[in-house]
Amino acid sequence: MLEEFPISSRVSIRQVNHSFSPGGAVLRDIDLELPAGEFVALVGPSGCGKSTLLRLISGLEQPSAGSIQLASNVAGASAAPSKLTFVFQDAQLLPWRSVLDNVALPLEIQGLSREQARERAKAPLADVELTDAAERYPDQLSGGMRMRVSIARALVTEPELLLLDEPFAALDELTRQRLDERLRALWIARRMTVVFVTHSLAEAVFLADRALVMSSRPGRIVLDQQLNLPENRLGAMRTEAPFVAQTALLYQALAAHGGFDEGGTGGSR
Amino acid sequence: MTRPRERTASVVVPPLVTFVLGVTLWEGAVRALAVPAFLIPPPSAVLAAAWHDRALLAGSLLTTAEGAGSGFLLSVVIGTLVAVLFSLSRWLERGLYPYALFLQTVPIVAVAPLLVLWFGPGLRAVSVSAFIVSVFPIIANTLAGLRSTDPRLLDLFRLYGAKLGDTVLKLRFPSAIPSMVTGFKVASGLSVIGAIVGEFVAGFSEGSAGLGITVLSAYRQLRTDLLFAAVLLAALLGLSLFALVSALGALLLRRLRAEW
Repeated sequence: MLEEFPISSRVSIRQVNHSFSPGGAVLRDIDLELPAGEFVALVGPSGCGKSTLLRLISGLEQPSAGSIQLASNVAGASAAPSKLTFVFQDAQLLPWRSVLDNVALPLEIQGLSREQARERAKAPLADVELTDAAERYPDQLSGGMRMRVSIARALVTEPELLLLDEPFAALDELTRQRLDERLRALWIARRMTVVFVTHSLAEAVFLADRALVMSSRPGRIVLDQQLNLPENRLGAMRTEAPFVAQTALLYQALAAHGGFDEGGTGGSR
Repeated sequence: MTRPRERTASVVVPPLVTFVLGVTLWEGAVRALAVPAFLIPPPSAVLAAAWHDRALLAGSLLTTAEGAGSGFLLSVVIGTLVAVLFSLSRWLERGLYPYALFLQTVPIVAVAPLLVLWFGPGLRAVSVSAFIVSVFPIIANTLAGLRSTDPRLLDLFRLYGAKLGDTVLKLRFPSAIPSMVTGFKVASGLSVIGAIVGEFVAGFSEGSAGLGITVLSAYRQLRTDLLFAAVLLAALLGLSLFALVSALGALLLRRLRAEW
């Protein structure tokens, strides 16, 4: 390690079952151990409950049964709720705040003065290469830039656990690939635990060290795959054989568990 | 693409044409049919009366503006506070909303005499009358705005452990501004109506009489030309207040970069 020991969270999910209404099971028998500092991708068909699982991990919702525990890998550092953060599909910035003030917001909420918060927001903004846009407003940014602001806002509190719910799904393919590369680099520098929900298999393989494939609802984990790919990932990797092989493996799991039934349910029309 | 000047012209010219046509038609018809001036005075007579009694009308206009304006400001302050309280507690809202609705549905003309009993004749009763008529749209719109905050942003604030004050000031309130401005605009026009009704019952006081009183006394003297002038001024007052609130609202929304 070149810097101080990075702080991250371990996530223990024990026998979690979840339903929104009796009989309407969303998640079934989720049993997972996510070691501190791991980058995990969660893939599955639409509506399989992957976003719900993310919300359960964040503590925004409680599971109907089972338990979810977060523990810091450093003794004494509590896994306080402020130590995890969430990135949504659309950037969810406050339109009346400048880029820098948006990034500073979590710190202001946690009690820093506006000046202190703005000062500390500059580093994560530089990490996403938006220093020049600090005083612009969200409506003056492209979708990809807004998403980068959203990631800077998530990083400003130096989270131990970063939860991302299809953050780049609405962006065009090239922008998404560039953001994937940047996110991977940010993770290598910081080593927080990351759970990244996506419906793109290629994105999951490119980003993560471990991929979890979920079945259609009620969601179960049908494949838990360590992706043995190089640590530093470059765009060119997407065309290489190991990458393609891993993607194919996830594809088979997804296809076998009802992931591609959209076209097959024509009879119900 | 139309240039700004052309667009302005396309907005301003049609109502102007209607106005000129309407006034000409009115003047011509009244003269041609020899309608008695106490029934329908020609526009020229209304204008002459307005000029002749300009001191009286100016005083009336200011008095009514004071009553409507103070009632409107009271609505803004109290209506916003009530909406914030309602947004914080479902119980409070359920307990009190029906009675806030009562303010909206009670016939103000019927309540006005009570206001005179309680607040005495003059400005205070007029202000309260304007307040009663204009407060409900502010409560309803502000409450809707406070409730429409994006749930994911609320989640985010929760995750960061935001205190109630932070959530209200940094998120719910700014998100509610577009709805609030809508409520203020509706309320501004209504406050003039409330003030005039209040004056009908309570308008006699030490100061100069409001437009409502001028309308009544012109009616008693069968000075229909003056009555028309006063009514038109009341309408203009409502429009001006509405325009002022709209302009301030637009300024605020632009600063907040809200979509509207």
